[in-house]
Amino acid sequence: MSYRPRKSTHAPETAPDAAILRDERKLIEAIDRRGLIRGGVTLGALTLLTGCDVTDQSSVNGALRTVSTWNDRAQAALFNPDKLAPVYSKSEVIRPPRFNAYYNLEDIKPVDPVAWRLDFAGSVANKTAWTLADVMALPQIETIIRHVCVEGWSYVGDWSGPTLRSVLEKVGADLTKPFVGFHCADNYVTSMDMPTALHPQTILATHYDGKPITDPYGSPVRVRTSTKLGFKNPKWVTAIEITDKNPGGYWEDRGYNWFSGL
Amino acid sequence: MSHIHAPPTSSGRTRLHPLPLRLMHWINALAMIALIGSGWKIYNDQPLFAAVSFPGDWTLGGFPETAYKLHGDAGFGGALLWHFSAMWVLALNFVAYLTYGVATGRFRRMLLPIRISDILQTIRETLRFKLAHDDLTMYNAVQKMLYIGVITLIIVQILAGLALWKPVQFSWAAALFGGFDGARLAHFLGMMGICLFLGIHVVLALLVPRTLLAMVTGGPALRGAAVTRENQI
Repeated sequence: MSYRPRKSTHAPETAPDAAILRDERKLIEAIDRRGLIRGGVTLGALTLLTGCDVTDQSSVNGALRTVSTWNDRAQAALFNPDKLAPVYSKSEVIRPPRFNAYYNLEDIKPVDPVAWRLDFAGSVANKTAWTLADVMALPQIETIIRHVCVEGWSYVGDWSGPTLRSVLEKVGADLTKPFVGFHCADNYVTSMDMPTALHPQTILATHYDGKPITDPYGSPVRVRTSTKLGFKNPKWVTAIEITDKNPGGYWEDRGYNWFSGL
Repeated sequence: MSHIHAPPTSSGRTRLHPLPLRLMHWINALAMIALIGSGWKIYNDQPLFAAVSFPGDWTLGGFPETAYKLHGDAGFGGALLWHFSAMWVLALNFVAYLTYGVATGRFRRMLLPIRISDILQTIRETLRFKLAHDDLTMYNAVQKMLYIGVITLIIVQILAGLALWKPVQFSWAAALFGGFDGARLAHFLGMMGICLFLGIHVVLALLVPRTLLAMVTGGPALRGAAVTRENQI
């Protein structure tokens, strides 16, 4: 199997030192909240033109966050639940799909499909954990859609599995709740709006190109939706939460727009 | 009753660049710089062309302290926030500018017509370093082409941006560029074109500082028929 390792925010050349992440977790989280923009602005020209120091104003950070929240609402209004993304032919599908995560390929911790369980939390009637057999028992659909990364690259992939809607209906999830959160085996978290979760091209994918998904791409079960950027498609999903409160997410808490709809 | 027919005072006279036009020009400049700076940051993360990347000091946004610890580079979360904020400023301001330009007759008066003979003459004058700028209220043929060119580029850039932002909801916009990848290439080339314009525009303005001053103070008063339409704004 050949991968396409490339330098990226998500997939660094060198893996972060685990000790640093562990020892400085509190500091890292504090910096994330405080200084998203401060220190990140190096465009001298903007400072000169405006005559104010944009690098040292938490109000700038706050204003940008406010616009981003407004962008969430604008995108929710633009989202048409019946509008299907373009689908492609088999000949355009790349094999294997492209790997991307917030860590390196060699740091993947494979999930045992037999031991794997899917937990349900929040406003769900039946919270009994699912096995892979439960996922496979639902009607499977196949969709050949474009995966668009926030970084700009994209590829066409062939994904199969039950629609997320069929899963949520089966467990008696309250479909009037606004948010669906996802927790993953690699501690990645993300979330989406309920209308996107119910979109016909939003699936719990178990297969790629007709074969079970392999380790780097989220084996045994991941989310694939045609109407969100790549980082809203969590791999190795282990829990789904139906909630009133926006659960946020790993990248969403670091400045990526929450809705990120296509 | 002669005071009724007295000419308007100096401050009330219609100038080459009326106040709304000057405001829109500088709002556009700031939004464009923010979009280019944050766009370079986003581009640098995954360059479309391996040989092309932009100096980090000239980019906007990021969360370096955390990102360096996590991945050894600066990341671009802040750049995305800037880009998706400045895009609204640019688009709304640009629509206001187009409306103003058409409604006041400014585009017709300042940018048209362009004659081939005028273009050739302006090029000859430019090569002899004798660019005519005695009358700031009249654009030469090269200026007209540059301004029409950059207005067209911004329209293409907004369409390509819409295609990249919403390739599913605005699939018609992506289709204009032959799909998502075509829109990505167009958005990059549009940026390069606007940067080229920006370079020429700033150099020419600095060579003839009166033009730069006019975009701050309003410049010379307009004479004759040109006044009538813009006076009403």
